Amino acid sequence: MSNIRSAFANGKAFIPFITCGDPDIETTEKVIRAAAENGADLIEIGIPFSDPTAEGPVIQGANIRALAGGVTTDKVFEMVARLRRDVKIPMVFMTYANVVFSYDAERFMARCCETGIGGIILPDLPFEEKEEFSAVAKQYGIDLISLIAPTSAQRIAMIAKEAEGFIYVVSSLGVTGMRSEISTNIADIVRVIRENTDVPCAVGFGISRPDQAKAMAAASDGAIVGSAVIRILEQYGRDAAPHVGEYVKEMKAAVMSAE
Amino acid sequence: MSQSKGRFGIHGGQYIPETLMNAVIELEEAYEHYKNDPDFNRELTELLNNYAGRPSLLYYADKMTRDLGGAKIYLKREDLNHTGSHKINNVLGQALLAKKMGKTRLIAETGAGQHGVATATAAALLGMECVVFMGAEDTKRQALNVYRMKLLGSDVIPVKSGTATLKDAVSEAMREWTSRIDDTHYCLGSVMGPHPFPTIVRDFQAVISRESRAQILEAEGRLPDAVIACVGGGSNAIGSFYHYIPDEGVRLIGCEAAGRGIDTFETAATVNTGRIGIFHGMKSYFCQDEYGQIAPVYSISAGLDYPGVGPEHAHLHDIGRAEYVPVTDDEAVNAFEYLSRTEGIIPAIESAHAVAYAMKLAPTMDKDKLIIITISGRGDKDCAAIARYRGEDIYE
Repeated sequence: MSNIRSAFANGKAFIPFITCGDPDIETTEKVIRAAAENGADLIEIGIPFSDPTAEGPVIQGANIRALAGGVTTDKVFEMVARLRRDVKIPMVFMTYANVVFSYDAERFMARCCETGIGGIILPDLPFEEKEEFSAVAKQYGIDLISLIAPTSAQRIAMIAKEAEGFIYVVSSLGVTGMRSEISTNIADIVRVIRENTDVPCAVGFGISRPDQAKAMAAASDGAIVGSAVIRILEQYGRDAAPHVGEYVKEMKAAVMSAE
Repeated sequence: MSQSKGRFGIHGGQYIPETLMNAVIELEEAYEHYKNDPDFNRELTELLNNYAGRPSLLYYADKMTRDLGGAKIYLKREDLNHTGSHKINNVLGQALLAKKMGKTRLIAETGAGQHGVATATAAALLGMECVVFMGAEDTKRQALNVYRMKLLGSDVIPVKSGTATLKDAVSEAMREWTSRIDDTHYCLGSVMGPHPFPTIVRDFQAVISRESRAQILEAEGRLPDAVIACVGGGSNAIGSFYHYIPDEGVRLIGCEAAGRGIDTFETAATVNTGRIGIFHGMKSYFCQDEYGQIAPVYSISAGLDYPGVGPEHAHLHDIGRAEYVPVTDDEAVNAFEYLSRTEGIIPAIESAHAVAYAMKLAPTMDKDKLIIITISGRGDKDCAAIARYRGEDIYE
């Protein structure tokens, strides 16, 4: 078992997502430090993929910029190793199945274990396919994070029962990206999850404003924000770290007020 | 115990977002029900015969046979189908299935535009809404097909992400499907993507070999020695191969687009140059770099310009039942011109890849041997591009 659970020990969790290498690795490193210093409970680090089919235009853009900047899976691991000298909060990877598969799953999990990555989120690895990686992940103590969607319906119980680390509740249909409104009844989904597991659950997709984060955290154990963070990187580029720090502080305060 | 479904050897599976899982499960259940439903099959056969023009001819290419001086060559004329390619076989099946499932809207990806045109056609006929995703690059290469789809009442969305070609159109159609599932069926155009698509599309395309097998037995009293078809995702090829798979004496040969050559980066020959990976819902062979980033691929043919191949082809390759050979742009263009001149048949540039390989193979075989080449589509759409390749500018 990983250290992910400790991310949910400080009240409702705020989880920012950052695509590694957008616009370069040095900036990502600074941004992650700033997020950790300003109250982020867990960092979701995106390893870029050429064809991120679950992402909306904002994160697609981050993937393209990162790959154009020359980031590779090896460079991501090197960055995490550097961060781990002083950043203690849990970190997980978010990437696509082919990135893990082509690196060799066992080698990938071993390096996650060495560098202190607690879990992996793979949006193209549903429950039925998790055996692709689950044995090696378990061997190295890495949690394969399960996703539950608004369309999961009768699948929620099955997924929740085998969940580890935390459960990523997808707030809306479609791809990642900021939304003005989230119409899914998150509380209903979380209720079924709770009946089946005590693994914490955090809500992501479409959250950008503090009031949305507060509402989603009130219905679950935390909020995940990706596109809104990437927007700050788009706007400030290499100078984004203090701006992300401020944003994280504001969002953490918002989720804490949900208690 | 693995719960993974839709495996062909180690390939296939369902590597898709959780949001889509219930949609593919619902599709699988509906297909398992309707594929054995007499009413469904009667309706589909009626559409295939009286709307699409099946059965398609198995034509003996006498002049080509004599010119090449080897095996007897037959052409399976999928180019004569309504809408001009084999794509209609699959689309009529899926559109009818979607309608039975209560869906009112079809979305599709397209490369050369043939699958988009077929989907737009079925949508018009069955009174469904239709949106086609097409790489922005391909909308330029195939402007005529864009116009045809619009004429048929479909929306065409140019996809600008990534390499702005077929793979990006697939990605965008998948993204669209995750945002609108209730009323929408994703009418996937090839034997790829997550289960059950590779099986459904294969079954609907298998009509090609079901017919050709009966036709060659009728004409020659025996099975062919080789069946040759072009392979992008691989739908016309699997349809051409399927009913011969148990007949071990029949060589099955898939022709991949080598672009400027398999020793260059400008190629789309997935089996010849790719590695096993996981992408677009399936495990199969993909053109990719050492970190699993999907490679930009190239072919003169927008329909074969795809970095992956259907999982059943990957499996047929692994077990050695089918061979996958590379054919370059240059060879395909020569074959395009050759078949036009020799038989008065202008093949799609995709199909010309199969013709090109047959031109190399036939002379090496005895005169009593038989080859069937699938002409998957007709080449009107390619004339402007081929003219350009030869340095001539014509109006589309």
